[in-house]
Amino acid sequence: MNRKTEYIKKINVSKPLKLDCGKTVKDFPLAYETYGKLNENKNNAILVFHALTGDQFVAETNPVTNKEGWWVTAVGPGKAIDTNKYFVICANVIGGCMGSWGPSDESKETNQPYGLDFPVITIKDIVRAQESLLEHLGIKKLLCATGGSMGGMQLLQFCATFPDKSFSAIPIACSSSHSAQNIALNELARQAIMADPVWDSGKYFLKDTQPKNGLAVARMVGHISYLSEQGMQERFGRKLQEKADYEFSFNADFQVESYLRHQGHSFVERFDANSILYITRAMDYFDLSKQFKGGLVEAFKNQKTKFLIISFSSDWLYTTKENKDIVIALNASGADVSYSEIITDKGHDSFLVNEPEFLKTLKGFIDSMYEKFKNEKRI
Amino acid sequence: MKKEFKVIANLLSNNTRVLDVGCGDGSLMNLLVKEKNIEVRGLELEKNNVQECIYKGLPVIQGNAETELSQFPNQSFDYVILSQTLQAFYNPDKVLKELLRIGKSVVVSIPNFGYWKVRTSLLFFGKMPVTKSLPNKWYNTPNLHMCTIKDLFDYCDNQNINIKKVIGLNEDSTSLINRGNLELKNFFSKLGIFLIG
Repeated sequence: MNRKTEYIKKINVSKPLKLDCGKTVKDFPLAYETYGKLNENKNNAILVFHALTGDQFVAETNPVTNKEGWWVTAVGPGKAIDTNKYFVICANVIGGCMGSWGPSDESKETNQPYGLDFPVITIKDIVRAQESLLEHLGIKKLLCATGGSMGGMQLLQFCATFPDKSFSAIPIACSSSHSAQNIALNELARQAIMADPVWDSGKYFLKDTQPKNGLAVARMVGHISYLSEQGMQERFGRKLQEKADYEFSFNADFQVESYLRHQGHSFVERFDANSILYITRAMDYFDLSKQFKGGLVEAFKNQKTKFLIISFSSDWLYTTKENKDIVIALNASGADVSYSEIITDKGHDSFLVNEPEFLKTLKGFIDSMYEKFKNEKRI
Repeated sequence: MKKEFKVIANLLSNNTRVLDVGCGDGSLMNLLVKEKNIEVRGLELEKNNVQECIYKGLPVIQGNAETELSQFPNQSFDYVILSQTLQAFYNPDKVLKELLRIGKSVVVSIPNFGYWKVRTSLLFFGKMPVTKSLPNKWYNTPNLHMCTIKDLFDYCDNQNINIKKVIGLNEDSTSLINRGNLELKNFFSKLGIFLIG
């Protein structure tokens, strides 16, 4: 991977951060990007948390990969999260590979990339590492924080850890603890990487290479889980890939095979295999109720944040039921919570694609929260 | 019916917590927030209504009151409101008990099947009544369990549910209903609004 690092904005987090694993770290880089302008009253800031394979480049063109930002459907001028109106911030998670402190960084002790010497991090560590960024940008209280999938999990953690840092919050298609099925799928991804001999116990960087085959399979697993059964059937069915009949070989005869292979192989150009191990581990360890005696209701106690939970009917990775459990806990703790289920066949991916009902809901909520937040500040 | 919402709003104390079950597009919630500084929550089944509420900045949960009231803790609201939907549930008895569990008080309004126009429709024309408050035909009505003001009165008495106040509504005029004037009011009120619990 060649990183065009000149495009990556970073802060140095000098404040010591005690990780959940017990280690304390300080002076580590946190990469971020912003879109739009922070207004004079500093009340138009929206923090976005990215998902497993996302990065800080939410909108426009990702200057490192030259591809579209991962949430261009929702974020940009005139879009649901309108950057003409709002100041959008996103940080690369620690453990990641787009400029924030991660396993591909050089360790100060060995002058070599960490590899598996990188500490095992948690969603809580990831979220706490981002606090300094808000300080750096001079934002005391966010208008809104949002994120889908692992981004939603970070957001729930953010609200539980900092109950007064955001006026409103939109966790999308996520869960308050990783289910057995989700852990199993992550384990499949990790085992695919570890089974690739190039991985070499995480030391592939010594040979300046990547366990491409394993990482590609890991990505394919992910892509299957992001689509719904119906969506996949409608999109691919049994259609053949640029051929009239079966080839009687193991080449990609079917379109769905070709799609997965393409997704897998383009992914290895932009993502570090060890980062996948670390970030999926952080997701698996996530269990918000475990952090609070008395469970999830206790986690959301004294919440001033106004929540909107959104789930997608065909999402089998983070189901409507799991999202509703968050709503129930928020209700039980007396929090201000709205909930909407979007009916779609686009599966877990729904929040990333053009899903008009979802985007309308997102926009309607954020705009109404902005009006409220402005008025509250005046009082 | 705007008048109904005003009557309901007048029944509630300021600065309280209210759950509006079947909150529609949030009109009543909006009124309660603006005029009574009430902290509102809504539960609504219909997708478009849910979105309307969200656009207005009103907290609303998409869900079915028939099956999803269990998510709200005991006595977690000062009032729970159910406006003209009791008759549409499969099991109104169960729903009412749930409302009384969640709210310290419950406001239930019903289209009165004892209203004289409804009675005469069946008596003189031998047809199921179609009125302004009951606009559907027998084959497409969502109303499964129609009742009269007197029925709900009797129900509360039989179930030992405390009736705090009952208001009859006919166009723009309202009147208090009690056991003494029940027969008359049950004949002339289009809508009954009960404060119970």
